[in-house]
Amino acid sequence: MNTLGAVNPFGIDLPMLSACVVMVVATALILIRAIKGPTAYDRILGMNAAGTCAVLIVALIGFATQRPDFLDLALAYAILNFLGTIAILKFVKYKRLG
Amino acid sequence: MNGIVVLDMALLALILMTAIGAVEVRNLYSAIMLSSVYSLLMACFWMTNDAWDVAFTEAAVGAGISTILLIGTLVLTGSIETVRRAVSWPALLVCALASAILIYGTLDMPRYGDPKAPAHTHPLYSGFVKQDIPKHPSGRSAADVAAYEAAHPGKSHGPDFFHGHVPNQVTSVIVTYRAYDTMFETAVILTAGLSLILLLRGRRGNPQRGGLL
Repeated sequence: MNTLGAVNPFGIDLPMLSACVVMVVATALILIRAIKGPTAYDRILGMNAAGTCAVLIVALIGFATQRPDFLDLALAYAILNFLGTIAILKFVKYKRLG
Repeated sequence: MNGIVVLDMALLALILMTAIGAVEVRNLYSAIMLSSVYSLLMACFWMTNDAWDVAFTEAAVGAGISTILLIGTLVLTGSIETVRRAVSWPALLVCALASAILIYGTLDMPRYGDPKAPAHTHPLYSGFVKQDIPKHPSGRSAADVAAYEAAHPGKSHGPDFFHGHVPNQVTSVIVTYRAYDTMFETAVILTAGLSLILLLRGRRGNPQRGGLL
Protein backbone atom coordinates (compact mmCIF):
# COMPACT_ATOMS: atom_id res chain seq x y z
CA MET A 1 0.00 0.00 0.00
CA ASN A 2 1.22 3.48 -0.69
CA THR A 3 0.12 6.85 0.53
CA LEU A 4 -1.25 7.84 -2.85
CA GLY A 5 -3.97 5.26 -2.59
CA ALA A 6 -3.50 4.31 -6.22
CA VAL A 7 -2.06 0.94 -7.04
CA ASN A 8 0.66 1.43 -9.60
CA PRO A 9 2.36 -1.34 -11.56
CA PHE A 10 5.54 -1.03 -9.51
CA GLY A 11 3.89 -1.74 -6.17
CA ILE A 12 5.64 1.07 -4.31
CA ASP A 13 5.40 4.83 -4.17
CA LEU A 14 6.14 5.95 -7.73
CA PRO A 15 7.70 9.37 -6.96
CA MET A 16 10.00 7.75 -4.42
CA LEU A 17 10.91 5.03 -6.89
CA SER A 18 11.71 7.61 -9.58
CA ALA A 19 13.89 9.49 -7.10
CA CYS A 20 15.67 6.22 -6.27
CA VAL A 21 16.32 5.56 -9.94
CA VAL A 22 17.72 9.08 -10.37
CA MET A 23 20.01 8.52 -7.39
CA VAL A 24 21.20 5.19 -8.81
CA VAL A 25 22.03 6.89 -12.12
CA ALA A 26 23.91 9.60 -10.21
CA THR A 27 25.81 6.89 -8.33
CA ALA A 28 26.74 5.27 -11.64
CA LEU A 29 28.19 8.55 -12.95
CA ILE A 30 30.10 9.10 -9.70
CA LEU A 31 31.47 5.55 -9.88
CA ILE A 32 32.72 6.11 -13.40
CA ARG A 33 34.67 9.11 -12.12
CA ALA A 34 35.93 7.13 -9.11
CA ILE A 35 37.15 4.27 -11.29
CA LYS A 36 38.68 6.38 -14.07
CA GLY A 37 39.80 9.24 -11.83
CA PRO A 38 43.39 10.12 -12.68
CA THR A 39 44.29 11.48 -9.24
CA ALA A 40 43.65 10.23 -5.73
CA TYR A 41 41.50 13.24 -4.98
CA ASP A 42 39.02 12.35 -7.73
CA ARG A 43 38.65 8.98 -6.06
CA ILE A 44 38.28 10.40 -2.55
CA LEU A 45 35.55 12.73 -3.77
CA GLY A 46 33.96 9.90 -5.71
CA MET A 47 33.93 7.66 -2.65
CA ASN A 48 32.45 10.33 -0.44
CA ALA A 49 29.78 11.27 -2.97
CA ALA A 50 28.90 7.63 -3.61
CA GLY A 51 28.48 7.17 0.12
CA THR A 52 26.15 10.16 0.26
CA CYS A 53 24.15 8.71 -2.61
CA ALA A 54 23.93 5.41 -0.72
CA VAL A 55 22.58 7.25 2.33
CA LEU A 56 19.94 8.95 0.18
CA ILE A 57 18.99 5.69 -1.54
CA VAL A 58 18.51 4.04 1.85
CA ALA A 59 16.29 6.87 3.06
CA LEU A 60 14.28 6.91 -0.18
CA ILE A 61 13.73 3.15 -0.12
CA GLY A 62 12.59 3.50 3.47
CA PHE A 63 9.94 6.04 2.57
CA ALA A 64 8.98 4.25 -0.64
CA THR A 65 8.23 1.04 1.25
CA GLN A 66 6.45 2.90 4.05
CA ARG A 67 9.04 2.09 6.67
CA PRO A 68 10.72 5.30 7.83
CA ASP A 69 12.68 3.26 10.38
CA PHE A 70 15.22 2.91 7.59
CA LEU A 71 16.43 6.35 8.62
CA ASP A 72 18.40 4.67 11.45
CA LEU A 73 20.43 2.86 8.83
CA ALA A 74 20.87 6.01 6.77
CA LEU A 75 22.29 7.83 9.79
CA ALA A 76 24.69 4.97 10.54
CA TYR A 77 25.89 5.01 6.92
CA ALA A 78 26.41 8.76 7.02
CA ILE A 79 28.59 8.49 10.14
CA LEU A 80 30.63 5.61 8.72
CA ASN A 81 31.13 7.34 5.39
CA PHE A 82 32.46 10.38 7.20
CA LEU A 83 34.84 8.22 9.29
CA GLY A 84 36.23 6.49 6.20
CA THR A 85 36.83 9.78 4.43
CA ILE A 86 38.62 11.22 7.47
CA ALA A 87 40.86 8.16 7.71
CA ILE A 88 41.75 8.32 4.02
CA LEU A 89 42.46 12.05 4.11
CA LYS A 90 44.63 11.57 7.17
CA PHE A 91 46.57 8.89 5.35
CA VAL A 92 47.02 11.13 2.31
CA LYS A 93 48.25 14.01 4.44
CA TYR A 94 50.49 12.26 6.98
CA LYS A 95 51.18 8.85 5.36
CA ARG A 96 50.22 7.17 8.63
CA LEU A 97 47.14 6.67 10.78
CA GLY A 98 48.32 6.74 14.42
CA MET B 1 7.12 -6.02 -12.03
CA ASN B 2 8.08 -4.97 -8.56
CA GLY B 3 9.80 -1.60 -8.19
CA ILE B 4 12.21 -3.03 -5.67
CA VAL B 5 13.34 -5.59 -8.25
CA VAL B 6 14.17 -2.77 -10.67
CA LEU B 7 16.23 -1.10 -7.94
CA ASP B 8 17.91 -4.40 -7.10
CA MET B 9 19.01 -4.94 -10.67
CA ALA B 10 20.37 -1.39 -10.94
CA LEU B 11 22.21 -1.74 -7.63
CA LEU B 12 23.66 -5.12 -8.62
CA ALA B 13 24.90 -3.64 -11.91
CA LEU B 14 26.64 -0.87 -9.96
CA ILE B 15 28.09 -3.41 -7.52
CA LEU B 16 29.46 -5.49 -10.38
CA MET B 17 30.98 -2.38 -11.94
CA THR B 18 32.63 -1.40 -8.65
CA ALA B 19 33.97 -4.90 -8.07
CA ILE B 20 35.53 -5.10 -11.53
CA GLY B 21 36.99 -1.64 -11.02
CA ALA B 22 38.46 -2.62 -7.65
CA VAL B 23 40.11 -5.70 -9.15
CA GLU B 24 41.38 -3.97 -12.27
CA VAL B 25 42.74 -0.76 -10.77
CA ARG B 26 46.51 -0.95 -10.21
CA ASN B 27 46.76 1.60 -7.43
CA LEU B 28 46.01 -0.26 -4.17
CA TYR B 29 44.89 2.94 -2.55
CA SER B 30 42.17 3.36 -5.17
CA ALA B 31 41.24 -0.30 -4.80
CA ILE B 32 40.59 0.27 -1.08
CA MET B 33 38.30 3.19 -1.80
CA LEU B 34 36.42 1.24 -4.44
CA SER B 35 35.97 -1.65 -2.02
CA SER B 36 34.52 0.80 0.48
CA VAL B 37 32.03 1.98 -2.13
CA TYR B 38 31.31 -1.67 -2.90
CA SER B 39 30.42 -2.31 0.74
CA LEU B 40 28.05 0.66 0.93
CA LEU B 41 26.25 -0.37 -2.26
CA MET B 42 26.11 -3.97 -1.07
CA ALA B 43 24.56 -2.72 2.17
CA CYS B 44 21.90 -0.90 0.13
CA PHE B 45 21.23 -4.16 -1.68
CA TRP B 46 20.86 -6.09 1.58
CA MET B 47 18.46 -3.44 2.75
CA THR B 48 16.20 -3.68 -0.28
CA ASN B 49 16.08 -7.40 0.52
CA ASP B 50 14.91 -6.68 4.09
CA ALA B 51 18.11 -7.99 5.67
CA TRP B 52 18.54 -5.15 8.13
CA ASP B 53 21.04 -6.77 10.40
CA VAL B 54 23.23 -7.83 7.48
CA ALA B 55 23.03 -4.31 6.05
CA PHE B 56 24.13 -2.81 9.34
CA THR B 57 27.01 -5.27 9.65
CA GLU B 58 28.08 -4.75 6.06
CA ALA B 59 28.15 -0.98 6.49
CA ALA B 60 29.92 -1.05 9.85
CA VAL B 61 32.47 -3.74 9.02
CA GLY B 62 32.83 -3.40 5.24
CA ALA B 63 32.67 0.34 4.78
CA GLY B 64 33.81 1.46 8.22
CA ILE B 65 36.36 -0.74 9.94
CA SER B 66 37.86 -2.65 7.04
CA THR B 67 38.56 0.54 5.06
CA ILE B 68 40.51 1.90 8.00
CA LEU B 69 42.28 -1.43 8.58
CA LEU B 70 43.25 -1.70 4.90
CA ILE B 71 44.63 1.84 4.96
CA GLY B 72 46.60 0.84 8.04
CA THR B 73 47.97 -1.99 5.91
CA LEU B 74 48.92 0.45 3.16
CA VAL B 75 50.98 2.39 5.70
CA LEU B 76 53.10 -0.76 6.04
CA THR B 77 53.21 -1.94 2.45
CA GLY B 78 53.12 1.02 0.07
CA SER B 79 50.35 1.68 -2.38
CA ILE B 80 51.55 0.52 -5.79
CA GLU B 81 50.99 -3.04 -6.92
CA THR B 82 54.32 -4.11 -8.41
CA VAL B 83 53.69 -7.44 -10.11
CA ARG B 84 51.09 -7.80 -12.82
CA ARG B 85 50.48 -11.43 -13.50
CA ALA B 86 48.80 -12.79 -16.57
CA VAL B 87 45.53 -14.67 -16.19
CA SER B 88 46.13 -18.02 -14.56
CA TRP B 89 43.94 -20.45 -16.46
CA PRO B 90 43.85 -23.25 -13.85
CA ALA B 91 42.77 -20.72 -11.20
CA LEU B 92 40.10 -19.32 -13.51
CA LEU B 93 38.86 -22.86 -14.17
CA VAL B 94 38.66 -23.65 -10.44
CA CYS B 95 36.79 -20.39 -9.81
CA ALA B 96 34.33 -21.09 -12.62
CA LEU B 97 33.74 -24.62 -11.31
CA ALA B 98 33.21 -23.40 -7.74
CA SER B 99 30.77 -20.72 -8.95
CA ALA B 100 28.88 -23.28 -11.02
CA ILE B 101 28.54 -25.56 -7.97
CA LEU B 102 27.34 -22.66 -5.80
CA ILE B 103 24.79 -21.52 -8.39
CA TYR B 104 23.63 -25.12 -8.76
CA GLY B 105 23.15 -25.17 -4.98
CA THR B 106 20.89 -22.12 -5.08
CA LEU B 107 18.50 -23.93 -7.45
CA ASP B 108 17.19 -25.92 -4.48
CA MET B 109 16.30 -22.82 -2.52
CA PRO B 110 12.65 -21.75 -2.27
CA ARG B 111 11.57 -18.66 -4.20
CA TYR B 112 12.13 -15.31 -2.53
CA GLY B 113 9.21 -14.62 -0.18
CA ASP B 114 7.64 -18.02 -0.77
CA PRO B 115 5.10 -18.55 2.04
CA LYS B 116 5.53 -22.32 1.77
CA ALA B 117 9.28 -22.13 2.38
CA PRO B 118 10.49 -24.31 5.29
CA ALA B 119 11.50 -21.21 7.22
CA HIS B 120 7.88 -20.04 7.19
CA THR B 121 6.22 -23.38 7.90
CA HIS B 122 8.35 -24.21 10.93
CA PRO B 123 6.23 -24.35 14.13
CA LEU B 124 8.42 -21.74 15.80
CA TYR B 125 7.79 -19.19 13.05
CA SER B 126 4.23 -18.36 14.09
CA GLY B 127 5.57 -17.47 17.51
CA PHE B 128 8.18 -15.19 15.98
CA VAL B 129 5.61 -13.45 13.79
CA LYS B 130 3.35 -12.72 16.72
CA GLN B 131 6.34 -11.37 18.61
CA ASP B 132 4.74 -12.16 21.95
CA ILE B 133 7.97 -13.53 23.30
CA PRO B 134 8.37 -11.98 26.76
CA LYS B 135 11.48 -9.93 27.27
CA HIS B 136 11.86 -11.11 30.84
CA PRO B 137 10.64 -14.14 32.86
CA SER B 138 8.36 -11.75 34.72
CA GLY B 139 6.15 -11.74 31.66
CA ARG B 140 4.92 -8.91 29.45
CA SER B 141 3.42 -11.33 26.97
CA ALA B 142 0.25 -10.41 25.10
CA ALA B 143 -1.84 -11.83 27.96
CA ASP B 144 0.07 -9.73 30.50
CA VAL B 145 -0.48 -6.61 28.42
CA ALA B 146 -4.21 -7.37 28.24
CA ALA B 147 -4.31 -7.87 32.03
CA TYR B 148 -2.40 -4.62 32.56
CA GLU B 149 -4.69 -2.63 30.31
CA ALA B 150 -7.78 -4.17 31.93
CA ALA B 151 -6.46 -3.18 35.35
CA HIS B 152 -5.61 0.36 34.23
CA PRO B 153 -8.52 1.51 32.06
CA GLY B 154 -7.94 4.57 29.91
CA LYS B 155 -4.27 4.64 30.79
CA SER B 156 -1.65 3.97 28.18
CA HIS B 157 1.14 1.59 28.97
CA GLY B 158 4.15 3.13 30.59
CA PRO B 159 7.58 3.67 29.11
CA ASP B 160 9.58 0.57 28.23
CA PHE B 161 6.41 -1.43 27.93
CA PHE B 162 6.38 -2.51 24.34
CA HIS B 163 3.66 -5.16 24.46
CA GLY B 164 6.41 -7.75 24.52
CA HIS B 165 7.74 -6.48 21.21
CA VAL B 166 11.24 -5.35 20.64
CA PRO B 167 10.86 -1.73 19.50
CA ASN B 168 13.81 -1.60 17.11
CA GLN B 169 13.76 -3.93 14.11
CA VAL B 170 17.50 -4.52 14.05
CA THR B 171 17.52 -5.37 17.74
CA SER B 172 14.55 -7.63 17.14
CA VAL B 173 16.36 -9.58 14.44
CA ILE B 174 19.66 -9.79 16.28
CA VAL B 175 18.29 -10.58 19.74
CA THR B 176 15.24 -12.73 19.10
CA TYR B 177 15.81 -14.35 15.73
CA ARG B 178 19.56 -14.72 15.88
CA ALA B 179 20.35 -14.76 19.59
CA TYR B 180 22.65 -17.80 19.60
CA ASP B 181 24.31 -16.71 16.37
CA THR B 182 25.07 -13.29 17.82
CA MET B 183 26.23 -14.70 21.14
CA PHE B 184 28.82 -16.99 19.57
CA GLU B 185 29.84 -14.34 17.07
CA THR B 186 30.79 -12.11 19.96
CA ALA B 187 32.71 -15.01 21.51
CA VAL B 188 34.63 -15.54 18.26
CA ILE B 189 35.40 -11.83 17.91
CA LEU B 190 36.56 -11.61 21.52
CA THR B 191 38.86 -14.60 21.01
CA ALA B 192 40.26 -13.14 17.80
CA GLY B 193 40.89 -9.80 19.46
CA LEU B 194 42.63 -11.38 22.43
CA SER B 195 44.82 -13.51 20.16
CA LEU B 196 45.80 -10.46 18.14
CA ILE B 197 46.68 -8.53 21.26
CA LEU B 198 48.83 -11.44 22.47
CA LEU B 199 50.54 -11.83 19.10
CA LEU B 200 51.25 -8.17 18.50
CA ARG B 201 52.12 -7.21 22.06
CA GLY B 202 55.47 -5.51 22.40
CA ARG B 203 55.79 -4.74 18.69
CA ARG B 204 54.19 -1.35 18.90
CA GLY B 205 56.04 1.70 17.70
CA ASN B 206 57.86 2.17 14.45
CA PRO B 207 55.80 0.81 11.53
CA GLN B 208 59.01 0.31 9.56
CA ARG B 209 60.11 -2.36 12.03
CA GLY B 210 56.85 -4.28 11.85
CA GLY B 211 54.92 -2.62 14.65
CA LEU B 212 51.32 -1.69 14.11
CA LEU B 213 49.85 1.77 14.47
